[in-house]
Amino acid sequence: MGQGQTGAGARHLQVRAGALAAALLAFVSLASRATPLPEIEVDVHDKASLQRGARLFMNYCLSCHSATYMRFSRLARDLDVPEAVAKQNLMFVSDKIGDTMQVSMNPREAETWFGVAPPDLSVVARARGVDWVYGFLTSFYRDPSRPSGVNNLMFRNTAMPHVLWELQGWQEPVIENKPDDSGQSVETVVGVELAEPGALGAEEFKAAVRDLVGFLAYLSEPAKPLRQRVGFWVLWYLAVFLAVAYLLKWEYWRDVR
Amino acid sequence: MSGALARLGRWVDDRFPLSKLWNEHAAQYYAPKNFNFWYYFGSLALFVLMIQLISGIWLTMSYKPDAGLAFGSLEGIMRDVEWGWLIRYLHSTGASAFFIVVYLHMFRAFLYGSYKKPRELLWIIGMLIYFVLMAEAFFGYLLPWGQMSYWGAQVITSLFGAIPVIGEDLALWIRGDYVVSDVTLNRFYSYHVIAVPLVLIGLVVAHIMALHEVGSNNPDGIEIKYHKDPQGRPLDGIPFHPYYTVKDVVGMVVFLIPFALVVFFAPELGGWFLEHNNFEPANPIKTPEHIAPLWYLTPYYAILRAIPDKLLGVLAMGVSIFIFFLVPWLDRSPVKSIRYRGPLYRTALAIFAISFVALGYLGTQSPTEILTWLARIFSISYFAFFFLMPFYTRWDKDKPVPERVTSK
Repeated sequence: MGQGQTGAGARHLQVRAGALAAALLAFVSLASRATPLPEIEVDVHDKASLQRGARLFMNYCLSCHSATYMRFSRLARDLDVPEAVAKQNLMFVSDKIGDTMQVSMNPREAETWFGVAPPDLSVVARARGVDWVYGFLTSFYRDPSRPSGVNNLMFRNTAMPHVLWELQGWQEPVIENKPDDSGQSVETVVGVELAEPGALGAEEFKAAVRDLVGFLAYLSEPAKPLRQRVGFWVLWYLAVFLAVAYLLKWEYWRDVR
Repeated sequence: MSGALARLGRWVDDRFPLSKLWNEHAAQYYAPKNFNFWYYFGSLALFVLMIQLISGIWLTMSYKPDAGLAFGSLEGIMRDVEWGWLIRYLHSTGASAFFIVVYLHMFRAFLYGSYKKPRELLWIIGMLIYFVLMAEAFFGYLLPWGQMSYWGAQVITSLFGAIPVIGEDLALWIRGDYVVSDVTLNRFYSYHVIAVPLVLIGLVVAHIMALHEVGSNNPDGIEIKYHKDPQGRPLDGIPFHPYYTVKDVVGMVVFLIPFALVVFFAPELGGWFLEHNNFEPANPIKTPEHIAPLWYLTPYYAILRAIPDKLLGVLAMGVSIFIFFLVPWLDRSPVKSIRYRGPLYRTALAIFAISFVALGYLGTQSPTEILTWLARIFSISYFAFFFLMPFYTRWDKDKPVPERVTSK
């Protein structure tokens, strides 16, 4: 019992420390919110785009990030990919079609390597919004002071390396002198520019990230297309029901009037 | 066939007051014939309660009240359970819809003086329902085990810590732990799915019984039972069934149209019904930048934050809810309906409605200096509505009330 109390007490302290760290982080992120969010359109009904996004996700994300709540079979069904094709192109050899999208990386080891375990991406597009995810994936720039060699406009000092460098190439920060809160002029990263091109042209790369973000949007709510289809019929039904209900009421209330 | 059915009916009636109940509460319950738009929200509240009970029962079939599994079980409901997404969105949209309907139902009481004699107890039972409903929503909001669930519960439970002497122990007793944890989740689950709903249903039954005992008020604020025909039926009354059952069905469908629009096309409603942050699993060592309860509790949250001292803030928040119970005795006007009240009450009610909505908005925002001052001003006007009520309702220039209901 004594041990249990110590444990709870320690957790309490941990929470306090966590709150402090979070307050500091909030301050940092507030200070770095100089970059406006890009605005992108994604279409979870565009299956060709979702398929391209899925391929990118499997190749570039799923080695570190899991999508624990998503099953390969659901993905194959929703994206019109035959299961055999999915097994060959999207899944690792050991995966079964009914499995959820797990990673083999041990979260504890990942924490040692990156400083933080890569978060699960099942609902990331709902938590952060597609605009933010798009901005994050396109705004890595070189920063030799970071362990990964890169920093990010959307997520200052992110632990994530520039995974898409092969496709995008490398960006350099655009630095301007800007006054901070106390009015002193400090060097601030205001944007990025491409320094070394990658395998894709700038527009091609943007389109590819849009596909990927569209896929993440699908991933965070696979039922959305069905939801909207059903909603359409429900509204039609309600319109008819309303007419019938109103006529019934009108008929009954004749004697009150 | 109908002969057999009638015999069955008689057989039941000899053993259970079925026809008696039906007649007392529907077929021979006389309601005023001049109900308007504002009178839909009582039956709608009952309808939303049904939606919540039924969708809730189905949610519990797949939900896991375990800090390690809760978030994932909800995503399982969204993906692997057939129509699970629909059940979940009905429940999450229903929660907000419940409060919209209940707030409009309460506003109706302020418009037409429905809390005044002889309906004081009806009003008190209604306020108990409202209070219990807030508890139900608060407990339920922890269950998705997202960041807002967790930190919202952390903030609200820690409020009890402000009470002198026993506060910290009380907060510990409520949470069952030093912080919100698996223990808290389990007990909140128990409260949310059984303890509070039982109380809620009991109170709703009592509310309807009290209503049918004294009879419904109406937009003219006149007692219809003072004018009866030789058979003893109110001249301005009509049987609830079929007239108001068919009318309330129309109201129900009209309500379902915006409800379905949210459920099927905007279940998050831009973060007002489902917060974005709550799609991130609860993390006890990462405090979100901004913590606020969902919109229906934010007026009180704004009052709490407007006061610099924590204990006084908690006290003011408590008073701001409790004060509703005293309204039947704070209102000294001889007139019920706003149609025959003078300019003072009309102005006061308008200011109160604006204050309540403004406080609700301010409670959702990060506090800045200007917003905190606005919250203070609106808190004052909120309390002034109640504390000054005995004076302005007495001094008001009320108009003569007609003998019989008007039809408009």
